[in-house]
Amino acid sequence: MAQRTVAVIAATALAALTLGPVAAVLVRAEGLAALGPGDWQALRFTVCQALLSALFACILAVPVARALARRRFAGRGFLIALLGAPFILPVIVAVMGLLAVFGQNGLLNGALSALGLPRLDIYGLHGVVLAHVFFNLPLATRILLQGWLAIPAERLRLAASLGLTPRARFMVLEAPLILRLLPGAFAVIFVICLTSFAVALTLGGGPRATTVELAIYQAVRFDFDLGRAAALALMQLALGLGAGLVAWRLAQGAGFGAGLDRALPLTVAHGRACDTAWLVAAAGFLLLPLGLVVWRGLPGLAQLGPQTWAAAGHSVLLALASTALCLSWTLALAGARGALWSLMAIAISPLVLGTGLFLMLRPFVNPFSMALPVTALVNALMALPFALRIVAPEVEAIRADYGRLRATLRLTPMAWLRLVLLPRLRRPLGFAGGLVAALAMGDLGVIALFADPERATLPLQVYRLMGAYRMEAAAGAALLLLVLSFGLFWAFDRGGRAGAAA
Amino acid sequence: MKALTFAAAFLTATAASASGTLTVYAPDYFTSEWGPGPKIEELFEAQCDCDLQWRPGDLLPRILLEGARTEADVVIGLNTDVTKQARESGLFAPHGVDLAPLTLPIDWTDEVFLPFNYGHTAFVYDTTRVANPPASFAALLEAPDDLRLVIQDPRSSISGLALVLWVRAVFGDEAQEAWAKLAPKIVTVTRGWSESYGLFTDGEADMVLSYTTSPAYHIIAEGDETKKAAIFPEGHYFMVELAAKLAGTDNPELADQFMAFILSEDFQSMIATGNWSIPAALPKDKWPEGFQQLDLPEKVLFYSEDEAAGLRDEAIEAWRSALSQ
Repeated sequence: MAQRTVAVIAATALAALTLGPVAAVLVRAEGLAALGPGDWQALRFTVCQALLSALFACILAVPVARALARRRFAGRGFLIALLGAPFILPVIVAVMGLLAVFGQNGLLNGALSALGLPRLDIYGLHGVVLAHVFFNLPLATRILLQGWLAIPAERLRLAASLGLTPRARFMVLEAPLILRLLPGAFAVIFVICLTSFAVALTLGGGPRATTVELAIYQAVRFDFDLGRAAALALMQLALGLGAGLVAWRLAQGAGFGAGLDRALPLTVAHGRACDTAWLVAAAGFLLLPLGLVVWRGLPGLAQLGPQTWAAAGHSVLLALASTALCLSWTLALAGARGALWSLMAIAISPLVLGTGLFLMLRPFVNPFSMALPVTALVNALMALPFALRIVAPEVEAIRADYGRLRATLRLTPMAWLRLVLLPRLRRPLGFAGGLVAALAMGDLGVIALFADPERATLPLQVYRLMGAYRMEAAAGAALLLLVLSFGLFWAFDRGGRAGAAA
Repeated sequence: MKALTFAAAFLTATAASASGTLTVYAPDYFTSEWGPGPKIEELFEAQCDCDLQWRPGDLLPRILLEGARTEADVVIGLNTDVTKQARESGLFAPHGVDLAPLTLPIDWTDEVFLPFNYGHTAFVYDTTRVANPPASFAALLEAPDDLRLVIQDPRSSISGLALVLWVRAVFGDEAQEAWAKLAPKIVTVTRGWSESYGLFTDGEADMVLSYTTSPAYHIIAEGDETKKAAIFPEGHYFMVELAAKLAGTDNPELADQFMAFILSEDFQSMIATGNWSIPAALPKDKWPEGFQQLDLPEKVLFYSEDEAAGLRDEAIEAWRSALSQ
């Protein structure tokens, strides 16, 4: 069957692009090298911070997503989109925003010292976890919110007509939903945090906060010890896949069955104050740092030269190419285990991936001329797990709910895609597309080895400005990056939701 | 399809270049619109009747991956941390340039790696925030713990590595004790120089590990004289940037011409305000005004590449274990 062939091709491409580069590095290094004591310390810290970060992000996402799902207020749609912004923010920009709030000279310490209270120090394990929660709480919230919104209105009406207490309602409708979606969210966030590097180092306060990715960086860029880099990358990959497997085992469970797509009747009377408090707290935590990035970036906007604007243009094109590629890949792979295997794509060290691709392509083409295609491909690959995480459960649910209908009507694959799948996937595809585009905007990925001499990307330009002491212009470029990433995300996400009642 | 269009557009762009092309690998900061790259390209092309093409990005890792088949003719922007490895790779050829014009504070006789600019590691501070900067490295160790420092990781940053060698050169076997005294003052360690300097200008730290030349940027570009480098009598670690010619270049004459051009006054005059470093072959009276007024150390510390290679792991370990307590 054609669909199956497409899935096999997509899966093969995924495996080739993740395992191929590691193999290429291994071949070049002529085998794995032993790990030192520092590497084991780095591994312990990496796992510890990733577990804590994923745990807090997931726990906090439950009340926030629930509040968003059951409250209706002016600007709700915009708030949902805006709350997603931290996740798509380039690391360097986000760290500056966080420090503007939680840093030594930040708003929080300003307020504390005005009240005569001792200052808080953000640097340490807690700082790393705080930053990772800042990045990933939006992702966990959105994953849960999608689930909440997918509860058919009929189930909610039934719950209301049965007069279920809030507690019973939670146990019957919401708890199973959380148990089904949260392990997946946990696994994705855990794996994202595994490969964290700059955040962990900057906010970790020193070598205690060394992650495996830093050790890989050192091995590749400083020591040129490819054997050690490959060993570390494999370790990271094994951890990521392990987390994915556990999550996949835990996340079994049926959906809610088909509904008639009626608008949700729900606004629940109880718990209003509690929901409001959660929304205000989440909005404050997530939006204040962003607001400060905007505020600090405004003066620098005027200093941006033509190169920066050109870089912005390249980044947008790159992001669109990555999105097209990634969404096609997602649809092809959206079968049962695509989401699990795609975790490989984010568990693989970007540095090893870049080095491996360089080794693989080098004999055939000039890597410089392949800079943009390779970057678009790698961005699509890195974003694949997120897109799949969003789209695959919906595809499975649609298959379960409408598969019989399809069989009865003998729909051709094209008709199935056009009449059933795509219209029903509109919302998740829009969301996934927005996410992929924004992630591709912010990614530095494999640029170091595949630098295009003529076409810089915007994140690279931010680093260049900082490297040239132009901190104010860098803040301006960071703001531009924020606006463009968010703009792309908004456009896709909005497109996906157009016409939907929610 | 998009990818193919990109590739096609690029191939046509590269095919247009002439045969007299000099390909130079350079760091990103060097070739950016604020770096010295564009002006140097213009000056060199005016005298060589050729096409100079910068290839920004990783230097040695990329060349080692490419091996003898690299398309680079010249690489510019190497550091002394990698010269040993680069030399042992056998991929580089002697530069053949007369070293007499060099105005470095140390003797330089290397036949392969040619210096084009230098600076020293230094802790930079803001005079409006630090009224009494430490007068020596020893005084910095004894400074109160509320003096907030930000430094770079020696495992991911060349300036961070220079710092651990600097501490090693000043304190010798007591480097680890020195780090233990510095540890409470170190707010955080960043991956690279840019992040640290950003934290410093944002007020997260009082002093930042940077270069003796950093204040020149603020003086010249911003008219701001409040940024200073604390000068320590124990000496400052010498940091030099180097260029080298690839042995396998298919354009040896052009490469030689470029290597010779590096020590010319045209090239050297682009360095100070392009790369914010001290030109390697330009007498002080020809430096820009802002550079002439810099506080520079009397004593310069430097390990040869063999010494540094021998000390490196131990120096990093002293740093790591003291800061991991």
